[in-house]
Order: sequence, then C-alpha cells, then structure tokens
Amino acid sequence: MVNPFLFWVIAAITVIPSLSLLFARKAVHIAMAIVLVMIGLAVSYIMLAAPFLGMVQIVVYTGAVMMLFVFVLMLIGVAGKEDLTETIKGQKWVGLLIAAGIALFLIGVISRASVSLQAETVGDPAAIAGALFGRFVVIIETLGFVLIVAAVGALVLTHVPRLVPKHSQREIAEDRVRVGANPVNKPMPGVYARHNALDVPALDPEGNPVEESISRVLDQRHQTQGEEPFRAHLEEGEQK
Amino acid sequence: MSPMAFVYLAAVLFSIGSAAVLLRRNAIVAFMGVELMLNAANLTFVAFSRLRGVVDGQVMAFFVMVVAAAEVVVGLAIVVAIFRARQTISLDDPSELKG
Repeated sequence: MVNPFLFWVIAAITVIPSLSLLFARKAVHIAMAIVLVMIGLAVSYIMLAAPFLGMVQIVVYTGAVMMLFVFVLMLIGVAGKEDLTETIKGQKWVGLLIAAGIALFLIGVISRASVSLQAETVGDPAAIAGALFGRFVVIIETLGFVLIVAAVGALVLTHVPRLVPKHSQREIAEDRVRVGANPVNKPMPGVYARHNALDVPALDPEGNPVEESISRVLDQRHQTQGEEPFRAHLEEGEQK
Repeated sequence: MSPMAFVYLAAVLFSIGSAAVLLRRNAIVAFMGVELMLNAANLTFVAFSRLRGVVDGQVMAFFVMVVAAAEVVVGLAIVVAIFRARQTISLDDPSELKG
C-alpha cells in the first residue's frame, strides 16, 4: 500500500516542474526543474520498495546526467535564444494534440488493467545483484560494452583535429628574428620608476616611456595615462 | 492507495515528455523531454515490480538507466559537434537532406 499524502506530494513535485519543459524559456531553468523531477522519482522508487534504484536514480540522474546537461549548456552558451518561428505550419497544435492523444490512450489502457497487489519484495542491493549477475549476466556484460562504445563515440564526436601544426616557442622566437622585430619580451607596464599600475608605461634606461609596454586594449578605450608626467625627471632632480 | 497510482503518474509524465519532444526546437530541451519519457517508463517498471512482487522490473529499470546514460553521452556529443559546425542547436536548422 502507498501513503496517499506522500503520493500527492510526489505527484506535485514531478508533474509541476516537468511542465517547465513546455513553458519555460531558459534551458538552465528547465534543467534545474528536471533535477527536481528526478529527485521526486527517486523518492517514489523508495516508496515502491526499490531503495537501490532510488539511490541509483539520484546518483545517475541528478548527479551525472543532469549535470552533463548543465555542462553542455555552459559550453554552448546559456543565452542561446530559441527560434519560435514555425517551420511546419500548425506544428504547435498538432504536437499538443498528439501528446494529449498519447495521454488519453495510456490512461485508458491503464484504467482497464486489473492487477492484484502481491506480497512486497524488497529491492535491496543483494536481491538486485542476485538477478543481475544470475539470470541477466549476459545482458549486463552487453551493457558494459555499450557504455564503452558510447564513451569512445563521444570522444570521437567531440575531437577536433589540428589543422596546422602547433607553433613551438623556438619557432616563435626564430620568426621574430627573421622579420627583424625585437627578439626579447616587451617590458611590463608601470613596474619601474614610481608607479605600479597597468596604465602607466614602463621607462627605458634613459628615462623615456616605452609605449608598447601598455596593453593595446587600454589604448583603444582611452584608459591610458599621458606619458609625459612619467618621463623620468632625472635632470630636474639634479637641479633641485 | 494502490501502486497503480504511480502508473497513472508515469503516463502523465510520459505525455509531458512527448509534448516537449514534439513542440520544442532547442535540441537540449527536446533531449530532456526524451529523458523524462525514459524515466516515466522506469517508473512504470518499478510500480509493476512492486505490484507483481518480483524484482525483475527493477532490473529492467536499471538496464534502462544504463542505456539512457549512454544515449545522453552520445547525444550531447552530437549536439556539441553540430554547435561547433554551425553555431546553432535548433532542431529545424540542419536540413541539408531536404532535397
């Protein structure tokens, strides 16, 4: 027997968040709602005398699968706007009609079924393991194979081969010498003389500011300080 | 309250998942709809396992979970590959085979 109060709580925390699949705009919100659905399903498994599956549900679905979804959302950009123009005319209504038809059909079939409740068997890990590695041992070996194929397939699908060989540090240095550029690193900004800020040019040994020591980004945004105030005032110092 | 109530709940969840697959264009959202459908099927397996008093339904639900995990890995890899190639995850956009 099932506790009715607990059942209605589970029904609420599975059906209401899953409706976000149809109405929510942002994919991240939907992913978080589905996490709640998975937790509700895990609780219902435990209610249905399947504690092992309940734990596996939490570990696999909320812990691994939905986090994988969130990772991929992060990878391809959360802000991605969904295109709402209909490619097929009237797809919205046809889709809703088909879904409602599926719901009516399933509920009609279920309401005609007559199943008598048998004595409870507890799906503890020992019972599941006895079935998994007894009668179903060939299937679980096959599933291990499927998982390996899936992992290798994902690696192959997301692998991007290099179009050009990698530029080594030695080649970069040789290129600099070949085109006659300054072969050494640019000086850091502002760390010499009196200032320690990114927008202040470095000073060369003669006290002149080195323009290229400042990031070009700051120059574009006009966030640099004028170089004149930072010229070394050696002569002035001697005069004083 | 009989465990049959959970079978009804599973039917409702399955319909919501199928509606998401039919209606949404975002590949990842449609994918989550598929996940919801698989989970509804799992709930049916576990409910009937409780009703029949045998552990087989739970074993089947476990198999479904493993296959679903493999499916998610490959499917999301395809989504990432398509996004790299054409900067979109809309299901309507890649249509070169339309003729």
